[in-house]
Amino acid sequence: MDQHLLTIVLAAPLAGLLVLLFLPSKSKSLIRVWANIASLAGFAVSLPLVWKFHVGAPGFQFVERADWIPSLGAHYLVGIDGISLLLVMLTTLMGFVATLCSWSGVNDRLKEYYAMFLLLQTGMIGVFISLDFFLFYIFWELVLVPMYFIIGVWGGPRKLYAAIKFFLYTLAGSVLMLLGILTLYFQHYSQFGFYTFEISQLMKLQLPLGVQQWVFWAFFLGFAIKVPMFPFHTWLPDAHVEAPTAGSVILAAVLLKMGTYGFLRFSLPLLPQASMDQTIVRVLAALSIVGIVYGALVSLMQKDWKKLVAYSSVSHLGFCTLGIFSLNPNGIAGSVLQQINHGISTGMLFLVIGVIYERRHTREIAEYGGLAHVMPRFAKIFAFAMLSSAGLPLLNGFVGEFTILQGAFEANRIWAVFAVTGVILGAAYLLWLYQRTMLGQVTNPKNLGLPDLNFRECAVFAPLVVWAIWIGVYPKPYFDLLRQPVTEIVERVKPGYFAQAAAVGGTDDRFLSSVTARGRADARLDRLTIGPQVANLPHKTGTSVGTSAGVAGRSACSTLPCGGAR
Amino acid sequence: MLLWLIPLFPLAGFAINGIFGRRFPKALVNAVAVGSVLLSFLWVLKTLAAGAPLNGPITERYFTWIQSGTLSIGVDMTVDRLTAVMLLIVTGIGSLIHIYSIGYMAHEGGYYRFFAYMNLFMFFMLTLVLAANYLLLFVGWEGVGLCSYLLIGFYFDKKFATDAGNKAFIVNRIGDFGFSLAAFLIFRQFGSLDFSVVSGQAAGAPTAMLTAIGLLLLLGACGKSAQIPLYVWLPDAMAGPTPVSALIHAATMVTAGVYMTARSWPIYVHAPQAMETIAIIGTATAFFAATIGLAQNDIKKVFAYSTVSQLGYMFVGVGVGAFSAGIYHLMTHAFFKALLFLGSGAVIHSLSGEQDMRHMGGLRGKIPWTFWTMMCAAVAIAGVPPFAGFWSKDAILLAAHAHAPWMYWAGTVTAGLTAFYVFRAMFLTFFGSYRGNHHPHESPAVMLAPLAVLAALSLAGGWLFKVPEFLSAVFPAQEVPEDAGLMAISTAAGLIGIAVAYLMYVAKPALADSFADGFKGLYWLVYNKYFVDEIYDAAVVAPVVDGSRAVLWKGVDAGLIDGSVNGIGARCRNLGSVLRLWQSGNIRSYATWVLVGAVVMIVAIGMAGGAR
Repeated sequence: MDQHLLTIVLAAPLAGLLVLLFLPSKSKSLIRVWANIASLAGFAVSLPLVWKFHVGAPGFQFVERADWIPSLGAHYLVGIDGISLLLVMLTTLMGFVATLCSWSGVNDRLKEYYAMFLLLQTGMIGVFISLDFFLFYIFWELVLVPMYFIIGVWGGPRKLYAAIKFFLYTLAGSVLMLLGILTLYFQHYSQFGFYTFEISQLMKLQLPLGVQQWVFWAFFLGFAIKVPMFPFHTWLPDAHVEAPTAGSVILAAVLLKMGTYGFLRFSLPLLPQASMDQTIVRVLAALSIVGIVYGALVSLMQKDWKKLVAYSSVSHLGFCTLGIFSLNPNGIAGSVLQQINHGISTGMLFLVIGVIYERRHTREIAEYGGLAHVMPRFAKIFAFAMLSSAGLPLLNGFVGEFTILQGAFEANRIWAVFAVTGVILGAAYLLWLYQRTMLGQVTNPKNLGLPDLNFRECAVFAPLVVWAIWIGVYPKPYFDLLRQPVTEIVERVKPGYFAQAAAVGGTDDRFLSSVTARGRADARLDRLTIGPQVANLPHKTGTSVGTSAGVAGRSACSTLPCGGAR
Repeated sequence: MLLWLIPLFPLAGFAINGIFGRRFPKALVNAVAVGSVLLSFLWVLKTLAAGAPLNGPITERYFTWIQSGTLSIGVDMTVDRLTAVMLLIVTGIGSLIHIYSIGYMAHEGGYYRFFAYMNLFMFFMLTLVLAANYLLLFVGWEGVGLCSYLLIGFYFDKKFATDAGNKAFIVNRIGDFGFSLAAFLIFRQFGSLDFSVVSGQAAGAPTAMLTAIGLLLLLGACGKSAQIPLYVWLPDAMAGPTPVSALIHAATMVTAGVYMTARSWPIYVHAPQAMETIAIIGTATAFFAATIGLAQNDIKKVFAYSTVSQLGYMFVGVGVGAFSAGIYHLMTHAFFKALLFLGSGAVIHSLSGEQDMRHMGGLRGKIPWTFWTMMCAAVAIAGVPPFAGFWSKDAILLAAHAHAPWMYWAGTVTAGLTAFYVFRAMFLTFFGSYRGNHHPHESPAVMLAPLAVLAALSLAGGWLFKVPEFLSAVFPAQEVPEDAGLMAISTAAGLIGIAVAYLMYVAKPALADSFADGFKGLYWLVYNKYFVDEIYDAAVVAPVVDGSRAVLWKGVDAGLIDGSVNGIGARCRNLGSVLRLWQSGNIRSYATWVLVGAVVMIVAIGMAGGAR
């Protein structure tokens, strides 16, 4: 059973889709109920992944493998590590949330609408679990199609422009990515004498730096457009503005993560030398930082509620890519966590917009004001989403941002200095948005009689609220989950990163004394915990004076060479 | 010791009132809100009694919060004597202000919301004070900022209130920029954010590093504690209800920067340049804000600038190395400034919301309790011996003199200004004849009782609680010679300030106006707060806003990037529409093209052959 678990998770939406196709188009409520059941079931079947997952075990789990097109070397090969587990769970949960939030907003071609979402769901899960490039590429492209229709059919006034822009933009990127994949594929044949798309095989390639750089840029275009990184982001505001609420939620919460995931799963492990190439790292970090600041500044000026949140995504995803290209455990773990956080927070912000759009059919910020008077419950939820997005401590965003910034700081202090300004601006555009829409007096009579959130709408937000608090207050399980895969990626890109750390460091006591003894300004102190023993750390309880318990279990420290990024 | 219970009580109060408060009767909301804070206060007392005499820190470690790569940050709480002082101030004054609020907020809408926010504030403030590492302190730090934002904008109908809330939050975020970077540097240097690790190893760290950390922390402190250049949010913060001004924007939250600086003493004592910067910023802020306070007509604005100024004193204290004197003044200031705000709240309450002192006057006989209690605070802040402010201000000024005499003299002049503006406010409010058209009435007992307690503390708190002796175990010893002469001078400055105020606003009221006329330019400048807000708007806000709109959004995003994307699209379409003509499906046109092609080829071949 366990070895088919991922296949079940992958196929569950398709099964729901199959039944949906046989439902009569006329009976809308039946379709609605079934779609919600199917997406909830999709989430339910993914839950066993969580408790059956072995935290700290190396490599991939729940691996299922079958030959698919032997002549091409393409396989059906799926498996997950901690990173993909989190993203799969985000996908299945957001899939349900998106379905539930469409209950009353969509009335048109319902069957097709839900069918598209279920298809999209399978595509997204497939992207996150594929361990074969051929399979991955199929899912990657598969995602485009339903999203194109969701924007193009159920979207707003400029839906066709937005849908085509989304499609062409992403397609342009993925075509280049395909060239990159094929380069690896043929390189593998020339080195090993057989064709395969299997990632673990391709990782054995010894590629000259020039080839790696080429492939890196080819991948980069595919992933950077998806993220989207500055300056490839202009499809996003249009797509978001025109997409229906559920489309925006999925787009922001999950689809964008395909890009960051691509960097983590493919660019870094497959092209390690290129990934730590000075120029590449500098360019990527610079684009991330520009994205953070630029996205926030442009967001500040938007007059359209949804466009504002869309640009804020550019800013937040900038943090994620900055974390990745810090190329250290904090940066990467923080990045993955922030990808989840962005899914939760921005997902909530788009749901908030959906609620109000359904009531007033406009997203002009100037149309609103004083909504806190008429919709107090809504005001609270929006405030919560805003604070979670602005990175208030004890909510999810803070933990991710802080860890990323810590990682960026370890890589290059200047990066952190610039990136932290994004935190200031993040507060600015959200608070201003909140003030203009929710506070003050109700100036527009059309807003006077708006009903507050109903039970279903509260239920849409509930899981996200809970998740945001959980990550904010007790993120340790997430870090435990991410430690192993992140260690593998860092070790792959910077071989010896941890060994050097362990060699120079030593035990706790030596750590403390060595720090005191050294105390140099440039002492680059990296205390590391390697591997699974960390998971078994005794919880710190009871009373103690001084520092002892806090340092327990930290196995090593070092003065590290400063790798790629200074 | 169950330290976590201390912040937990108010958190529970917040949760209960926040979720169910809308349906609760007022009495129940009161019971939950005030009860939770009182419980917290009692638990503090019990904890301190059990932990006495607190010679060393008592630390409790609960769970690991963030653990990633090199980072490991625990939810750990610690109590030492510094924390003890802060805990008593926060829960003690907090309790009094909660009780006062029952009366003050009785007729306001959003009653439960107010108390929920106040409780949430207490939770974060206590977290800040109890934190055993910089990141947990930062949790409280950001949290109190949030509550400040929520409570400043409590009357969210009013645009100026929500503007003030936004301003407070964003200016504080600018300070947090410094705090975050300081935290990264601390971690890089010490490998930990625990106070105990930092204090143990700071002596061995390089001075440049410590100076950088110290200056960045100072930026954070300047935001939270409203020092130059980030003080601009605090005067606007008076848009919130008056109990909020008393609790958050006078007694507790704004002193967090001073507390954090004092808590970081191990870093600062090895970074003399950072210390010097603190002392200079403190001196400058104290003087600068006091001058603005001279010309304000809104009673709360006077006390707001006074708070900025007094926080400057505390910065001078910690900046010259007299950490305990800074905390001493933090405590006495909490007594008398909370009282001044609560008292002015009682005045405003009695005048149905009037805040302009030009419409007050002669209230001495009409609201005597308010008058006499506020008078206690006024003499305390003016530094009249032997009341609270005298002790702490003198401790700071003496230490300042030992460090750099000019700071002493600047502080002494500021003391004179302070006495002047406070008594100006007192005289304008309570003396002369009533100039308004409301019917002043004394406040209810539930508001007066806290005033009375604070009055007693303002009078006696200075010699009753000898903070410097109590804290001598925490901070490094500092020898400051007693100097009766200097004490006399600074005391005299205060008395002169009172006398001048009496002369100008009671004895010869015409003098004030002729004075303002005589120094028209200066008065105009001070009255308009040196136009700092306007300068910031023009120099920072406008460029960011206009630059983002015109350059980044319209120019780069819509123009350059989208322009080229759409341009590529358009080119492709044009090219396609040209190429489309070739595939018209029209046989005759195909035949023509074949003919043209053949001719071209023949000619080409012919020419090639001809050339040979």
